[in-house]
Amino acid sequence: MMFAAAAIATLVTMVLTVYRAIKGPTVYDRILAVNVFGTLTVVLISVHGFLTGRPEFLDLALVYALINFIGTIAVSKYVEYSHMGRPSGGDELGDI
Amino acid sequence: MEMLLDAVSWLLILIGSAFLVVGGIGIVRLPDVFARMHGAGIIDTVGTCAMLLGLMVQAGFTIVTIKLVLIVVFILFTSPTATHALARAALGGGARPQVADSPADADAGEGDSPSKT
Repeated sequence: MMFAAAAIATLVTMVLTVYRAIKGPTVYDRILAVNVFGTLTVVLISVHGFLTGRPEFLDLALVYALINFIGTIAVSKYVEYSHMGRPSGGDELGDI
Repeated sequence: MEMLLDAVSWLLILIGSAFLVVGGIGIVRLPDVFARMHGAGIIDTVGTCAMLLGLMVQAGFTIVTIKLVLIVVFILFTSPTATHALARAALGGGARPQVADSPADADAGEGDSPSKT
């Protein structure tokens, strides 16, 4: 009952986020919405693990949190610079 | 004792659910991307942490709680970093925050001064 309420609230918020991701006027709105959707997915996976009595799902939530962060950083950098990075010139290697 | 833990867990999960929905409404309703980041911040900090704390109270002192603490720590570290990178990308990409009436415009006098946004 308690976990079902949590799952319903998370799903409602996911619907609102998807609305913003589809409608969002700029690409940054879409990135923000997808980032929040990933966070909500982490919460939903955790709640689902408790809902079905199988807390092993928390490992998936942990990995999903990491991948979500990397993905948001990568897409932000790609949108800002139009590439994923290159050596900054000269003899020394810049950050990739 | 069992009832008390259940009540605390209920309370935390309800607080988390309320903040999640409020943040979602903020993401839909606020005017531009910089304002919408406030809604994202509410979801990432209070909503997620309160809900996962409620799950921790349910789990007790087991390996499950350690995993939940790890998830909370990861989210608390990565969410501001991702939002900061996104804000810099948005500023670099030409998006400007909406300002209702900036002080510069107010000093320039009333009337039809050109909008700075």
